[in-house]
Amino acid sequence: MTLLSQIINGIQIGSIYALVALGYSMVYGIVKLINFAHGEIIMVGAYCAWYLIARLNMPAWIAVFFAILLCVILGVTIEIVAYKPLRNSARISLLITAIGISLLLQNLAQLLFKADPRMFANLFPGSKPFLGLQLTNATLVTIAVSVVLMAALSLMVSKTKIGKAMRAVSEDKAIAELMGINVNTTISFTFAIGSALAAIAAVLYCCSYSQIEPTMGSMLGLKAFVAAVLGGIGIIPGAVLGGFLIGVFESLTKGFISSNLADAVVFGILIVVLLIKPTGIFGKNRREKV
Amino acid sequence: MKSVKTLALVLACMLTAVLFAGCAGGGSDTIKIGFIGPLTGEVAQYGVAAQNAMNLYIDSLNEKGGIGGKKIELISYDDKGDATEAVNAYNKLVTSDEVVAILGAITSTPTIAVAQQSAVDNVPMMTPTATHADVTSYGNNTFRACFLDPFQGSTMAKFSVDELSAKTAAVIYNTSDAYSSGLRDSFIETAGEVGLEIVADEGYSKDDVDFKAQLTNIAAADPDVLFVPDYYNNVYIISSQSKEIGLRATLLGIDGADGVLAIEGADSANVEGLYFANHYSTEDPSELVQGFLSGYEEEFGQTPSALAALGYDGAMILCSALEKVAASGVKLESSDKVFQAVIDELDATDMDCVTGHITYDENNNPIKSLAIIKVEAGEYTLYMKY
Amino acid sequence: MMNIRFKSTKSRYILNAAAVLALYGVLYAMIENGILNRYAAGLLMTAGYNIILAVSLNLAAGFLGQLPLGHAGFMSVGAYASALFTLGLEMDGAVEFPLALIIGGLVAAVFGVLIGLPALRLSGDYLAIITLGFGEIIRVVILNLSFTGGAFGLQGMKRYSNFTNIFIFAVITLFVISTLIKSRHGRAILAIREDEIAAEASGIPTTYYKTFAFAVSAFFAGVAGGLYAHHLCILDPSTFGFMKSVEILVMVVLGGMGSLIGSVVAAFGLTLLPELLREFAQYRIIVYSLLLVLVMIFKPSGLFGRYDFSLGKTVDDLFIKLRAPNKKGGA
Repeated sequence: MTLLSQIINGIQIGSIYALVALGYSMVYGIVKLINFAHGEIIMVGAYCAWYLIARLNMPAWIAVFFAILLCVILGVTIEIVAYKPLRNSARISLLITAIGISLLLQNLAQLLFKADPRMFANLFPGSKPFLGLQLTNATLVTIAVSVVLMAALSLMVSKTKIGKAMRAVSEDKAIAELMGINVNTTISFTFAIGSALAAIAAVLYCCSYSQIEPTMGSMLGLKAFVAAVLGGIGIIPGAVLGGFLIGVFESLTKGFISSNLADAVVFGILIVVLLIKPTGIFGKNRREKV
Repeated sequence: MKSVKTLALVLACMLTAVLFAGCAGGGSDTIKIGFIGPLTGEVAQYGVAAQNAMNLYIDSLNEKGGIGGKKIELISYDDKGDATEAVNAYNKLVTSDEVVAILGAITSTPTIAVAQQSAVDNVPMMTPTATHADVTSYGNNTFRACFLDPFQGSTMAKFSVDELSAKTAAVIYNTSDAYSSGLRDSFIETAGEVGLEIVADEGYSKDDVDFKAQLTNIAAADPDVLFVPDYYNNVYIISSQSKEIGLRATLLGIDGADGVLAIEGADSANVEGLYFANHYSTEDPSELVQGFLSGYEEEFGQTPSALAALGYDGAMILCSALEKVAASGVKLESSDKVFQAVIDELDATDMDCVTGHITYDENNNPIKSLAIIKVEAGEYTLYMKY
Repeated sequence: MMNIRFKSTKSRYILNAAAVLALYGVLYAMIENGILNRYAAGLLMTAGYNIILAVSLNLAAGFLGQLPLGHAGFMSVGAYASALFTLGLEMDGAVEFPLALIIGGLVAAVFGVLIGLPALRLSGDYLAIITLGFGEIIRVVILNLSFTGGAFGLQGMKRYSNFTNIFIFAVITLFVISTLIKSRHGRAILAIREDEIAAEASGIPTTYYKTFAFAVSAFFAGVAGGLYAHHLCILDPSTFGFMKSVEILVMVVLGGMGSLIGSVVAAFGLTLLPELLREFAQYRIIVYSLLLVLVMIFKPSGLFGRYDFSLGKTVDDLFIKLRAPNKKGGA
């Protein structure tokens, strides 16, 4: 019984990792950048939704809509202002910029909202019985939303025109451009999708774990990134599978090995994966060529 | 290479500026007290609360005419919760600003780093909130306003046996926080002595907000009480998640839990039935407590936390020692003679503060009472005094 | 050819040694006389180990071209190892302390190899993440070990660090790393930065050199950790988090990745600047992060690019400049 409830705990946090990992994975797939600022976009989404609901008393769905909108604008702006000028420079510069943006957002939030923690009221209170356990509605919603979004994204990438453009840009930017694809729009679109997912993840995360603070995105983001690497970065089902796996691993470690070492175990998994199969579970091995 | 030369010039200017920064303040007619604490960074909320309360006290004292006709000036430096920054700030306060005493630091690690240095200089130091047992062990010059870790932890263990008739207990604590780990250690130690069985001992790290895995384990062990030695935000989250999971145990908190009802967006139903140790009760009718509560709320728009109350007391104890020194005809300036006089007066402290009546034992730790507060119907109610 | 006075390596060494001694002499005298008060002296010491940290990170980031995000992790390993060493032994400080620093450095270097071997098989971004993860693992492990004091940290170390030994170790770090870069091994490291595949094709054992550079970088971070541990006499795992690594990275990036003098100047400047701007303390990290982004976008090479200062050459240039007008006059 404990095992089953630990697995459910793991799936709940895992479904949030999955949503966040999707954002990392899509951005990495297209511009080969670990978007460190992704975690902070989650934080911004959370603060936005919280502010609209708690301070301005807006209905939840409107607040969520505005949170998504703000995150999309923010994500696309960051891409255009900070990442685009560096598209052709060394990867290391791009990575440093991403770290810089992430710290900037985190500390602006600290300045704006102070370090005081805030609580987010659960939008889906209550629970349902399941095999003798109580499953909270927040858990059910989180799992459902992440699975639906994953399916929708997979369909979009494989069937729609913009999806094809994304795949083409991810393969080879120069050639995609020659084929008449607007590379800039495609990249911006990818950031927009990733940021929208981050906003949704933020709201679901807050429903389950209540607390909002300026640094909330960094650890969440890192673990989600590990999930994306585990599943195979750039691959949509991989990110989701990775998210669920990391969540369950983490929960089982806390439950049965040691609650103190859970973070070490998550990063340990990353190191092991990178050593054994750097391309992740669903990834294909590819040798770097000149 | 013009830019390099310009840069060298700029750096040279900066160095000079740092060197002579302190020389400007000579001959002022205020009494300078230095404050060191985290005003930015991860633990900023604790430092800001304490600093606010100190300013509240010092402003009110200045309005009454200060000490011996002189105004008190609190020179605040941010240590970001970091030991290096704290020692740099301390050196600046002592050598450049020439303060008569130090208020701070707030968290234990920077406080210990500063205490080691201040013991050499014999500068009077009053930390409102550093609970680590070693803080006052480096010299006779360091005092504190708070309890030590062992006191609260063992009191809560005794309380759960005496008052709640608990047989079994579980602990969930923050492994990356010295305060939380120290309280957990003392709780477990006393539990062994008073016959309280520890059935689960779980940890988490500083950024965790998902405690369900640990709580599931605790629920499986089904303890009578769950001890949560951490600050109010984590107490709130743990309490709400334990309700979600269907944990039966009564939750026990410590002074850090004060403020749990004041969190913006929090639902007080989630912490209903929580008992926690505190320095004082907000229901205390004394003028001092009520004046502090209303003054703080008026000034900063929020209910003061335990850290604010301790910051207020730290400032009060230190200023009353300074007053006594000034009354004896000694001019308050930065000198070894004044330092020793202030330390002697601090040692002789015997006064009513917001957090209770305070005297000091031979190790410069306060002897004071503890109040157990219960959250009932969304309000703090005084359950008993210990 | 009269103008070139410092052509031979030997004469340059002598010139540099003289300059370093002079700088030390001046600073030391100022501290002793109280011209530099304890606060300023403390800042110089902080700047000293920041210089060691920045210069050593520059070897891995600027010269090898990787992006390690766990430099504070190596620092913490060195700090704890050397602190445990001096705490465990009762020896004379003059023997114990240098030994402790070297042990701190070696333990950090071992960790550097351990993490480097697997991590360096991967390209830049993965390495960044893996070192970041490593830094976190180190922190979690230190928190949960009993002999490291857990969350309480370690204390009771003797205050061995002083201006003199921090200065000496900063000079040693600079000397070793600058000599290394100018050597055959250094050229191999630079070749890997420029084009790893080409370097491999020309017979450079890339894995060996990458791990080697990584270990040297970790070694000096460990030494800096040892100096830190015996300066503040208290260690706490939370000091060595991701933010500390980023702070060191900012110094390297601002100074110029691949410029030692840049790292020295930036480490020095970024230690003093926040002290001058204490009133703006809450904006410090905002400024740091903006600096990172703006430097990357507008001047990715940092303040100094890959320029490296050479005293011998500067003195020569000065003489040439001084002579030039004479020559004109004579003609």
